[in-house]
Amino acid sequence: MSIDLQSRAETLGQSLPPLMAEAELLAATVMMGEHGRRRAGQGDEFWQYRPVNAGDSARSIDWRRSARSDGHFVREREWQAAQSVTLWVDPSKSMAFSGDKARATKADRASLLALAVAVLLLRAGERVGLAGDAAPPRPGRAQLVKLAVILSDAEDTAEYGAPSTTGIVSHGRAVFLSDFFGDLAPVEAALTAAADRGVRGALVQVLDPAEEEFPFSGRTIFESMGGAMRHETQQAGDLRDRYLARLAERKDRLAQLARATGWHVTTHHTGQPAQSALLWIYRALQGGR
Amino acid sequence: MFMLGPIGFATPLLLLGLIALPILWLLLRAVPPAPIRRRFPGVALLLGLQDDDAEADKTPWWLLLLRMAAIAAAILAFAGPVLNPKQQQAGSGPLLIAMDATWADARDWPRRLDRAAALVDEAGRAGRPVALVRLTDAPEEITFQSADALAPRLVGISPHAWSPTDSAAWVPVLPEGGFDTFWLSDGLDHPGREALMAALSAKGAVTVYESPRPVFALHPPRFNEGAIAIAASRLPVGAEVGVEVSARGPDPSGIERELARVPLRFAAAEARAEVALSLPPELRNRVTRFEIAGLRSAGAVSLTDDSLKRRKVALIGGREDREGLQLLSPTHYLRQALAPVADLMEGTIADILLASPDVVIMADIARVSQTDTDALLDWLDGGGLLLRFAGPALAASDVSRIDEDPLMPVRLREGGRTVGGAMSWGEPKSLAPFAEDSPFHGLPAPDDVTVTAQVLAQPDPDLAARTIAALADGTPLVTRKAVGQGQVVLVHVTANAEWSTLPLSGLFVQMLERLAVSTRPAAPEAGDLAGQIWVPEVVLDAYGQPQEAGDMPGQPGEALAEAIASGPGPALPPGLYAGSDRRIALNVVSDETVLAASSWPSGTVIEGLEAPKEQALKGLVLTVGLVLLMVDILAALLVSGRLSGLGTGLGRKAAAMAMVMALTTLTPVDAQAQDTLADVPKDDSFALQATTGLVLAYVLTGDGRVDEVTRQGLIGLGNVLFARTSVEPEAPIGVDIERDELAFFPFIYWPVVDSQPLPSAAAYSKLNDYLRTGGMILFDTRDGDTAGLSGGATPEGRHLQRLAAGLNIPPLEQIPADHVLTRTFYLLQDFPGRAVRSPVWVEAAPPDAEQVEGMPFRNLNDGVTPVIIGGNDWAGAWAVNGAGAPLLPVGRGFAGERQREMAYRFGINLVMHVLTGNYKSDQVHVPALLDRLGQ
Repeated sequence: MSIDLQSRAETLGQSLPPLMAEAELLAATVMMGEHGRRRAGQGDEFWQYRPVNAGDSARSIDWRRSARSDGHFVREREWQAAQSVTLWVDPSKSMAFSGDKARATKADRASLLALAVAVLLLRAGERVGLAGDAAPPRPGRAQLVKLAVILSDAEDTAEYGAPSTTGIVSHGRAVFLSDFFGDLAPVEAALTAAADRGVRGALVQVLDPAEEEFPFSGRTIFESMGGAMRHETQQAGDLRDRYLARLAERKDRLAQLARATGWHVTTHHTGQPAQSALLWIYRALQGGR
Repeated sequence: MFMLGPIGFATPLLLLGLIALPILWLLLRAVPPAPIRRRFPGVALLLGLQDDDAEADKTPWWLLLLRMAAIAAAILAFAGPVLNPKQQQAGSGPLLIAMDATWADARDWPRRLDRAAALVDEAGRAGRPVALVRLTDAPEEITFQSADALAPRLVGISPHAWSPTDSAAWVPVLPEGGFDTFWLSDGLDHPGREALMAALSAKGAVTVYESPRPVFALHPPRFNEGAIAIAASRLPVGAEVGVEVSARGPDPSGIERELARVPLRFAAAEARAEVALSLPPELRNRVTRFEIAGLRSAGAVSLTDDSLKRRKVALIGGREDREGLQLLSPTHYLRQALAPVADLMEGTIADILLASPDVVIMADIARVSQTDTDALLDWLDGGGLLLRFAGPALAASDVSRIDEDPLMPVRLREGGRTVGGAMSWGEPKSLAPFAEDSPFHGLPAPDDVTVTAQVLAQPDPDLAARTIAALADGTPLVTRKAVGQGQVVLVHVTANAEWSTLPLSGLFVQMLERLAVSTRPAAPEAGDLAGQIWVPEVVLDAYGQPQEAGDMPGQPGEALAEAIASGPGPALPPGLYAGSDRRIALNVVSDETVLAASSWPSGTVIEGLEAPKEQALKGLVLTVGLVLLMVDILAALLVSGRLSGLGTGLGRKAAAMAMVMALTTLTPVDAQAQDTLADVPKDDSFALQATTGLVLAYVLTGDGRVDEVTRQGLIGLGNVLFARTSVEPEAPIGVDIERDELAFFPFIYWPVVDSQPLPSAAAYSKLNDYLRTGGMILFDTRDGDTAGLSGGATPEGRHLQRLAAGLNIPPLEQIPADHVLTRTFYLLQDFPGRAVRSPVWVEAAPPDAEQVEGMPFRNLNDGVTPVIIGGNDWAGAWAVNGAGAPLLPVGRGFAGERQREMAYRFGINLVMHVLTGNYKSDQVHVPALLDRLGQ
């Protein structure tokens, strides 16, 4: 299963020549991976020459440069470090919903997206991990296998998921994939905590088209995926408008939260192709710097 | 039976179930449709939302109505609704069934018999005595008897070809006491009907049955200005309708066939239609009867007598040396008198005799050459009539002076005589009254007919016998002599007005008529008929079929004249009556006949013969209920939201399934008749299909049920043949004798069906070819259980007679015990099908067949019978269904199965006979052959 998920994710990652091309273009301005930190530090790239200060070792003096002038110069290199991206995929039962047999569940789609992002990031040399303690951000291809195993095994008993901020590296990046149908307070708390630690990222609300359209009518008992919650109605069709209003309100709320914390937010439907969502996440992670 | 309008219910108590419907309403209404349970993560957003209204809590009213209708339909269906149920005839006491039994009944006689049989059955069940009378019979004592005694006689009752002469004559013989009457009327008004009706009404309830089928009557054709005027009447007068009148008669080889056919259209609201049929004289003279094609009724047949015949008269005049003087021409008056009523021809004797004229008239011709004389004598021997007129040339010649000329009836005295002229004594002579033995007897002898000159006959011994008309002084005016079968007649005056005023008078035309030179007017005068005995030659039965008159007694002319005026009766059935020198047709419908509808006193119960057919509605109502339930499935899906715009696959499938089921139940199962009409392809596929193997064929009769049973029967026979013999037939083929080639089939099974139209002439010739070239047809009237072939008492039997009339069938005999058919495969004694005892007819053995000493059967080595005729319904006994199981019951129990086995054995013997001919008969020679080989 994990191999399956991995291979599907790889396939998705490989099937993105436009994305890759985009990434190549973008790479001209932004290098993913060993990012320059725009300040002097450890690294391989030349950053600047500066006059020798007291305390600089003689070894650090760039003699070739110093020879062209009277003073002594030190050659500084740019500080380079890899980015840490933490992914959180909602493992709750509500994500197991699919409105149509032909459509993948939300959990499937969310895992797929997460892993695809991970593939792209890992390929670019970033460190990718999962929220929580199971998989702290690490680079390398081995991490991908680990992520896939964890994602495909993830199963929670909770009806609705709440993001966890543990394991998120400060000043790193984070991607939350969920339907955000549960209580928004934990989400808010998590976002605030993350923002406090300088973490920015993207919220991806994965929804089934059925949840977006509410195509029900007649006498219906709606049950949550775990069966804990239920609501009975005589005319499901009559509830549609009010349901949609509530959904819109929720999306608004998410958008507000995101604005306040500097995160990006989007809604992805399982009925749509995953590539667009992947592209969006990719861009969100870029633009967030 | 409980009745609601035209619908009756077999078990009306079940209708009480309808009372339960309101309770059902309440129950259904209290139970809302079951909710759907859905897993839906968005439920978090729904929590706390209230429904706008709780209406869907209850089943919607229209759904309720639908379900109630479905259940009501089920209740109605099981209550056994029947449309137009046959009402039990109320009443008790004796029942009289009066049938008009006229020619007008013949068109649907089987149906009338069925109705009468149903009445008798009913009476039998009710224990009522019953009597049946035909009003066309002579009135006789009516005795009521038990239905059991009457029922077997019903089959043999047939209608008469005439109308009741006076129904009122039945009034005195009506039995004492009250009884109910059912009157199966033919729909026409007959004399005395009202009186009888009144008498019957006084005895008890009278119910009248009338058939709505129209009555057509063909009036006798008249000769009118060179064409035959054909008229027909109809009743009731309705919309425009067309019939076809066919003229039948012998063809040159003597076989009766259709000579001409003319369409006759009744305009809307017209009771009578006429059409003119123009026929060549050769053809016209051969017509023996006209009939409305397709109608089986004596009223639709009109026999023709001599009145339609036009004699061919050859006129041979003297020398035309006085050109321009028409009135003096010796033949002018003859031509004038004969042109309207005969076909005239002129020419030389040699030429004319080739055209075989009926009459040759020679006006003032003295000498006839020896060759012509011989030819004329030959012609006279064959029945010709030579009519000679005297004249100056004859008077001046020495013909028949000393010896009697063979072409003259008497010897003539030289010169003749002239009386009343300027140079002679005496007054012109007038005619003496005609003697009784003269063909002119009865004609008036007008005073103004005078003779001024004539030739005189020698007073020979036989002159008196030969004189058939004389002048007032006794001198012969017309003499006659028989020559062979013909006769020579001499008129002793000229054919023009030179010697007498006879040609100017009406008497001249009448005398020509009497001499059968010209045709008589259509309607014979009573006086013409009187004094003779008219012997029926051909009589018509009620179906319009000619029957041999047999030894029916002749009738006096007066009676015939009356019958012609008032219509035929028991003593004088319609037919052709022969007198001394002419034949008179007595037809059912005369020229004046007007079809008058019978009118019944108000209050009489009149039922159509086609009493609205009893039709069980159970299936229909159940179907309606089922369809309603189907709709209910859809509606329930709709209400419960499972049918969201047919969007989901499940809903669509359910809807499709419901539709399919609904359509399947509604599709009428009526494909049987269609395959019989399927066009036979014009290419070789039929021939290939028929010849790739041995194929048993059967004739498509047009009756779908019979055809199907026959097909299945031949399949069953084929299976048995396959299993037991080396004959391995292919699937049987139904042949249309009009279109299909028959030569492919060694054997054709022909179930005789009453309704099958007679084959066309082309088909007959094809069938005759088939029979002549070795084919075999098995005619099965399938009526062996009721009547057999005895006298054509059943409709099938009668139809077989008509059918076979056009076939070249050799003399038949009942199958002899030593016929080869009894031993071609199995040894058989009898040949049962579904019926047992009906005789089987095959070609008669040659008369010289003799039994060889020591041999079990006669020496019958040649010839395979071309036809086998029987009525045992073999195909029914052979028939198997698709699974190979017998289709129809045969007999009872084990004996029945034995009978079926024997039927199969007959079939095997039959096919063996067809395929191997008399091979088994040849086996009788085996001992002799072995003997010879042994030497």
